[in-house]
This record gives sequence, C-alpha cells and structure tokens, in this order.
Amino acid sequence: MKGAEALLKALEREGVELIFGHPGGAIMPTYDALYDSKIRHILVRHEQGGVHAATAYARASGRVGVVMATSGPGALNLVTGLADAYMDSTPVVAITGNVPRALIGTDAFQEADVTGVTMPITKHNYLVQDVNEIPRVVREAFHIASTGRPGPVLIDIPKDVQLAEFTGDFEVELDLPGYKPTTKGHPKQIERALDALEKAERPILMVGGGSQHAHAELLAFAEKTGLPVITTLMGLGAFPGNHPLWLGMPGMHGTVAANRAIHHADVILAIGLRFDDRVTGKVSRFAPHAHTIIHVDIDPAEIGKVVRTHIPIVGDARLVLKEMLKGAKPLKLASWWRELEEWRTRYPLRWKPRPHLQSQEVIRAFFEATGGNAIVTTGVGQHQMFAAQFFPVTRPRSFITSGGLGTMGVGLPFAIGAKFARPDELVIDFDGDGSFQMTLQELATVVKYGLDVKVVILNNGYLGMVRQWQDLFHAKRYSEVYLADSNPDFARLAEAYGIRGIKVERKEDLRKGVEAVLNADGPVVAEFKVYHEEGVFPMIPAGGAAEDMILEHPEEKEEVEA
Amino acid sequence: MRHVISVLVQDHPRVLNRITSLFARRGFNLESLAVGTTHVPGLSRISLVVSGDDHTLEQVEKQLNRLIEVLKVTDHSEPHVERELCLVKVHVAGVEERLAVKDIQEAFRARVVDVAQRSLILELTGDSKKVDSFIEALRPYGILEVMRTGAVAMSRGERTLKVREKREAV
Ligand SMILES: Cc1ncc(C[n+]2csc(CCOP(=O)(O)OP(=O)(O)O)c2C)c(N)n1
Repeated sequence: MKGAEALLKALEREGVELIFGHPGGAIMPTYDALYDSKIRHILVRHEQGGVHAATAYARASGRVGVVMATSGPGALNLVTGLADAYMDSTPVVAITGNVPRALIGTDAFQEADVTGVTMPITKHNYLVQDVNEIPRVVREAFHIASTGRPGPVLIDIPKDVQLAEFTGDFEVELDLPGYKPTTKGHPKQIERALDALEKAERPILMVGGGSQHAHAELLAFAEKTGLPVITTLMGLGAFPGNHPLWLGMPGMHGTVAANRAIHHADVILAIGLRFDDRVTGKVSRFAPHAHTIIHVDIDPAEIGKVVRTHIPIVGDARLVLKEMLKGAKPLKLASWWRELEEWRTRYPLRWKPRPHLQSQEVIRAFFEATGGNAIVTTGVGQHQMFAAQFFPVTRPRSFITSGGLGTMGVGLPFAIGAKFARPDELVIDFDGDGSFQMTLQELATVVKYGLDVKVVILNNGYLGMVRQWQDLFHAKRYSEVYLADSNPDFARLAEAYGIRGIKVERKEDLRKGVEAVLNADGPVVAEFKVYHEEGVFPMIPAGGAAEDMILEHPEEKEEVEA
Repeated sequence: MRHVISVLVQDHPRVLNRITSLFARRGFNLESLAVGTTHVPGLSRISLVVSGDDHTLEQVEKQLNRLIEVLKVTDHSEPHVERELCLVKVHVAGVEERLAVKDIQEAFRARVVDVAQRSLILELTGDSKKVDSFIEALRPYGILEVMRTGAVAMSRGERTLKVREKREAV
C-alpha cells in the first residue's frame, strides 16, 4: 500500500465521507488513490471555495470538514479560509501535498513553506516526514480539530511520502501529553455562578458560537431560570430566534434591548464566546454595572483575555450547562423583565421605508415565506448584518457566517458546504454584490453537483458597508466603493453557468420574486436591486459603547421619529 | 515587569518556530530565549525572558499552554536560580590593559578561554544583572564581541517542572 492509500484509509477510519478539493502535481498520488476510494471528492473551482465549503460543512453538521489541495499555490489559496475557520473555532482538516522531501527548502517548483505560513492560523499543523506516521498524524489531526476549542489542523504531505510504501499500523493510540482540554467545569465555580445568578437583580445570559452544540441544555437552562438571552453573531440559532426570552444580538449592529441589557446588567453569564470587540465596543465602558462576570469557555486563554472575569469556568458549554441545570432555580426577575420588555417593544429592529426595494424587506420576506426554516449563509457586509437582524433562525447550526475574520466571499461556498452537510434543508445565501464576486466561480461547483442552493444577491451597487462608514465617518467621500458601473448582470451570469437567474428591481415585484426563488426546482441566483445608500442601524461606532448607539442615520433622524 | 518563564516542550521540528511566532503575532515582547534538551528523550526545556504586566503574563502563559507540544509552563516568581552564560572578546592593547582586564576577570570570577596577541575571550556565568555589569566593566577596554545565551532558570528546592502522567519529572 502506498502512503496515499494509507492516507485515505486513515481518513475513512475517521468517518470521512466527503472531501472538498482541487488537485495538482504534488497531491496527485492521493488523487490517484481517491479514484478507487469510497470517499467522495467534491471538485471546487478554487481552493478558497473548498476550505470555506469544508468550514460550512463542519458548522452545519457538527462533524469535521475536510479539504485537500496541492502544494504551493494550491495550499496558499487555503490561507484565508483556514484563518476564517480558526477565528470562528471550526473543526477543519486540510490536507496539502508538498514537493518531495529532497526538494524541500530548495525553492522547488510550486514549493511554499505551508506549515510555516499556516502556523498562526491553524490550531496545529504537521509536515509528514515518514510514511508510516500517516495514521498517527491523521488520528491526531482529527482529534485536535474536533475536541477542546475546535479549529483547523493542516497536514502537509510531501509527494514522495505519498508514493512511499506503507508498512505501518493503523491502530494508533493517541499520545498527546501536552493536549488535555478541560471539559467538565469546576463544581465549586459552578456553584458560585449559580449563587451569583440567584442574588442578581439584572442578570443576563450571553452565548456565542461555542454554544451551538449546547442548544438543548441552553434552552432548558434559560427556561428554568427565566434569564434573558443574548446571542452573538456566531451564537445565532443556538437559542431560538423566536423565543420570548431572546433579546437579540449584541454589539455594533445589535438590538437596543440586547445592548441596554448588557449595559445595565449586574451579573453576566457568558458562555462560549470570546468578547470580540464588535460585541464589547470599548472594553473599558463595556457592562459598567456588572459586578460579576461569569465566563464559561473551553479555552482557558479566552477567560480574562478581554474582560475581567470574576467567576471563570473552564469547560465545555454543554457539560457546564448540564451541571448548572441541576442547581438552577427560577429567578425572580419580574421588574428586570419589565425594563427589558420596554426596550424591546420601544426599539424593535426596523427600517425606514423607502420607495425603492430594500435589503431588509427582501430578507424579511424570505423569513416570512419560509417560516425561518432554512440554513442561512451570508457574505460579509451590510447584507450580513441585515440577515442577522431580519432572519432570526430558530435552530442551531443554521446561520453560517464569517464572524471573526469577516471574510467576503464566504457566502456561496458556505452554502455549498451546508447543502452537502444537510441536503434536505433549504439553503439560502444572502450575499452582497461585492462579496459574491469574490468566489462566484463556485457556481460551477453548484452546477456540477446539481446543488439546490438559493443565492440571493442584495445588489446595492456598492461595497455597502464600507460606503456606510465613509458616509458616517469620512464626510461621504465615497472612495473606491462603487461597483454598479461594472457589475455583471447577475441573472445572466448565472444563466451562463446554466443556473436559473432571476432579477427583481421593483418593490411591487418582491413577493413574486421571493416565490420564484423558493419554488424554483434547483439552484437559483436571484439579484434583488436594492436601495443604494442604505445604512445598517442601530449602530455603535467602532470603539464606542452602548450609550453611543445611533438608531438611524443622523440626517434622517427627524423623519424617522415623525 | 521582567519574568523568566520555563517551558517544557516535545522537541518536535518547528516547535521553536511555533513559540516565536506566537510571541510575534500576539505582540508579546520576547527578550531572550534559551533552549536545550533534558534528561528525558524527546523533551526540551525553554527559558524565556518576557516583560509585561500581569495581564500580559497571564496571556503569555495561557497562549503557550494552548500549543499542542507544550507540556508545562512555569513563571518563575518563586525563589529560583537564574543563570546566563556570556562570552566577551575584549581588546587588550598592552600589558597594562591586560592586567586591568585580569582584575575585572577575577573580581567577577570569570575565566579566560582564549588568549591572542591583542584580545582575550572571557567567559562568565551569572544572573543577567551580573553579566550586564561585567560587560559594563569591560567596555572601556574596547569590546570586540559579546555573545550572551539569554537566561536559563530553575526553581529552588523540591519544585520541578513536572508533567502529568506518563512522562518522568524533569
Ligand atoms: C476579503 C475581504 N476584503 C475586504 C473586506 C472589507 N469589507 C467589509 S464589508 C465590505 C463591503 C461588502 O460589500 P458587499 O459584499 O457588496 O456587501 P454590502 O455591504 O453592500 O451588503 C468590505 C469591502 C472584507 N471584509 N473581506
């Protein structure tokens, strides 16, 4: 057996059924072995598309996503996607070919120091030097990627190692003396946490992406205690978006209720989140009344990294919540809830109606037409925030977006990965005209595999989010954000790929457009031409605090209140 | 504040790379780094000198601990022994200077490890402060080269950089 076959066998033993990838010289022996393998390979058009698809596959399924690429240029095309998966703690294993061992370090054709390059953006990586090490490395890579705080792991395998005769053993025991994640929260700390919550007058529960797998325990705990729940962008869906205890998303484009709740809270229970600056704003002004912050995270390094923590609990969100549930009591929060309710009803998410079609109403229309039953993926920009605001998903693993890195172009490949993970679900990618154009070649992947994904492009003719900042903070000097003069006709572009294209330009055609998308048999690219100068509100300017929140565009303020 | 940190690692290829890259990307200030193998095959020990406030130091330790190949991290705040080895090549123009340098050498209990016509190499071990003053004392004579290893450290008494399970204490 060759190293390449051993690699595939080791992957099979990890339960891998699907690999996204793109071949090339240095990984050819493995592609040759794939030809006879049970593992299904999905050919993408760009390695970045492959790693994003693997990421979404992982997020939507809870399993490890796998991507494969050749050496040098192929491997380097994974960089953005690996960084994205790393920032959002996603279990991905990337396999890259490398030049033969004898050529490593000689600037050989298509050589790049990929383990060196990816060191800061992977949880761990390997350069396999010995063919018999393959089973151990694969075993470790999957273990590391999927346990503790999940993250991407890269395995770089020189071509000659793939070709070498394998004489090793597949029965390998994990021996990682330096890697022992703590999963069970400390009972004393859990007790302290429950105690603090019981004494609290204005407690809140904040959850992030690390709670997606803990949704059942989370729901039970929140319902038992009656705590108000706030979910970060990465936490969307971990708690149902239609639940009366839910206050929405916090931070820069969060709801008034969520941000005010944080601002006035005396005790904060934060689970599986890392206090990103898009959530906290200026840290020194974050949650000024909170005398107790309880932080539950599987990664000890996250605790105390950004905000001061009074009760640290290192552990897995699910296990900790399970324990907490045992001691949880209904809390007396009637007066706190009156305040919250007031903010929630007084400041719902809304938009200023305009004569032109608007992103928010497009997203809302899809929400209504689907009952929120869909997996939503997004690009990065205004449309992403609008999707988070107006498509409150109700189930876990159903809002798949780039939180930490904010990677434009993830929308379509995320949709592809999500569809492979959950083929029976409706998958909608809300994308921007800018974001979509960063990876649109993956339409070919959609065609190749007959994937029924619905791409909804909210075309405002601008790099909208950047334009919004220029509008608000750079005196409307719209520097290099205009796209409309050179955008393609997206519907016709889709048709060039053999995908149904739909174009909706007028408000009155909205319903019909939404129906056409949802009723279409197979993939659709629908372009909705939306108001070009829309802004995402509420907004807390970067580095601001909850009190600095602006509810609408300063120049439109009066009209809105009227 | 200056801290000396000991890190026990599996001596895999690139493990040093991981550590230095961690310092670079997290903006931690690494003043020195010394590495050597231990008596346990496969394990190396690294001494790092880092400066920063408590928060930074806490992060340094936690982030180091996240590395898969790191087995143990200790910040030597407790009583510990700290040593640095330094080689100084100093210019000696004539007999008078040679004698003066010899005085310094004796005062610091340094050793002469190379003698040439117009230069000497002196070797000194001591904590970093002692090495600093040694170099300062020699400076007027014309220092040609200095090589310092960076500090290495070990806790005093019973305390050791132990690893959980399987591995022997180091
Ligand atoms: C790869 C990448 N490049 C640049 C940016 C900076 N950026 C953030 S949002 C944005 C504009 C996005 O425009 P579009 O996709 O059209 O979405 P819109 O904001 O208009 O909804 C840009 C350029 C980014 N996040 N990612």
